[in-house]
Amino acid sequence: MRAGEIRVAINSDQDIVTARQKGRALAIELGFSTGDATLIATSISELARNIVSYARKGEIILKAVQGSSRLGISIVASDRGPGIWDIRQAMKDGFSTSGSLGLGLPGVRRLMDEFEIDSEPGRGTIVTVKKWKQ
Amino acid sequence: MEVPILKQGEVLIATFQAALSDADLEHLRRGLVQQVVKFRSRGVIVDVTAMDVMDSFASRTLREIAHMIRLRGAETVIVGIQPEVAFAMVQLGLTLEGVATALDLEEGLAYLIQKFKNID
Amino acid sequence: MTKREVTSKDSRTGSNPGAELVVSGEAPSELLRELVAHLRQNRTQLREEWVVRISETRLLTAMTKEEIFAEATSVYDSYVEALETEAFEALQAYARNLSERIIPRGVETHEVVGIVLLLRDVLARSLFAKYQTDFKKLNRILDAYEPAANRIANTVAVGFVQERERVIRQQQEAIRELSTPVLQVRERLLILPIIGVIDPQRARQLTEQLLRGIRTNRAKVVVIDITGVAAMDVTVANHLVQTVEASRLLGATVIVTGLSPEIAQTLVTIGVDLGKMNTVGDLQGGIEQAERLLGYKVVTLAEPRQS
Repeated sequence: MRAGEIRVAINSDQDIVTARQKGRALAIELGFSTGDATLIATSISELARNIVSYARKGEIILKAVQGSSRLGISIVASDRGPGIWDIRQAMKDGFSTSGSLGLGLPGVRRLMDEFEIDSEPGRGTIVTVKKWKQ
Repeated sequence: MEVPILKQGEVLIATFQAALSDADLEHLRRGLVQQVVKFRSRGVIVDVTAMDVMDSFASRTLREIAHMIRLRGAETVIVGIQPEVAFAMVQLGLTLEGVATALDLEEGLAYLIQKFKNID
Repeated sequence: MTKREVTSKDSRTGSNPGAELVVSGEAPSELLRELVAHLRQNRTQLREEWVVRISETRLLTAMTKEEIFAEATSVYDSYVEALETEAFEALQAYARNLSERIIPRGVETHEVVGIVLLLRDVLARSLFAKYQTDFKKLNRILDAYEPAANRIANTVAVGFVQERERVIRQQQEAIRELSTPVLQVRERLLILPIIGVIDPQRARQLTEQLLRGIRTNRAKVVVIDITGVAAMDVTVANHLVQTVEASRLLGATVIVTGLSPEIAQTLVTIGVDLGKMNTVGDLQGGIEQAERLLGYKVVTLAEPRQS
């Protein structure tokens, strides 16, 4: 099992591609199906995109995690941007189903198995998501 | 990153690659519209077979491409969305509503030909 | 020489229960090396003893004597190697590997745990025998051996259980696949009859199967028949809507048939515009609609004349 984590600095839109490619590679290495790897890569793309759009820069940390009897992948997207004023609003489905508005967070939550968000206006945002191998 | 745009009669075929950044997509959007005007194309096929991830930006860009091309009197079809990508897209709520889609290049061309017939 | 604080366990020597500073001769790793060397030296004899105990306790009845002996050799060696290197990840990988071989033979969890514990005991007794004259040393040897041996037993058991669970999941997957066929009825037309109870996992699997099927069969129309669906909650209704949307992205039109009033109500509740969804009363009607969409002419055969 891998020790260590993969950190991808997010400063530009090109980094979004890098982050999701590394995420997909890690997922495949951990034995996720190609379908799940696509879900994981897509989530990473959305989370990295939020960083670029709202905070201009931040970081994505990818790593393998061990559950009680299964393997999974953890993605942490963090930035020191403006933070989210109203998390409940941001997590409301109607806020992003158009696909072009909002933060896409409810969608990411649907794609992943675990979802946690920590955000403070003026301090930044940390989104942690996990997906477990079937 | 250069995206090849082929001309086949009245139809332009743009083949998207896998690792297109936002800037690439923007560039592509402008380029496609220019080409449609230049060649007076009636249809555009955007082949996304190689795209392994379609996120909100890509989805929005595709819709904008279709919209702008329609303003110039041409029809757009998106082809080659992979099953896994389609699944991820609908989970995120990205449905490409208002944009025609087909399975592959062959189906896309058939769709456009049918469309031209109906218009003529 | 290392200094260690040792609380003597030997009540027979009458020592104080209080802590006693003892200068011990060896570091724990040296002790491990020593006992590993002993276990390797006496490999043949100890392994034989172990195999005898296995048949005495009637474990591994599903395997022949030859098979047991063959596996016993590699298990013994892996056990001793794990003691020496403390490479428990390698051991777990080995355990999963071994499990992959023996699970199809019908070996159960309690048998695997049982034989590993038997080996632990056989080896422990041999250590007792060897160091019985030096009780203090025996204590130190056991201090080194016990945690490692228990960790091995745990690692092997976990590896076995993980493999078993993987096999079970695989079988469940296969059963699900068999029970949810995507049927190609005509060229470019797929039918997906959904029967029974759908949980979110099965719903997701259905969607994936259907989308793959659309691509493989180059389907342009899909008829999803939900007549046989017992009940549908909001989650599954959402899945249905997503399936319709995802199919469209692959260029296929979906016709939903067999919509009961209850399910229609659920769909409306989640905000589905039924006017936009292609629905037909029953499967037959759905197939006819599909054929029309595909450009087939639907011809009604004349009734045979009754003479």
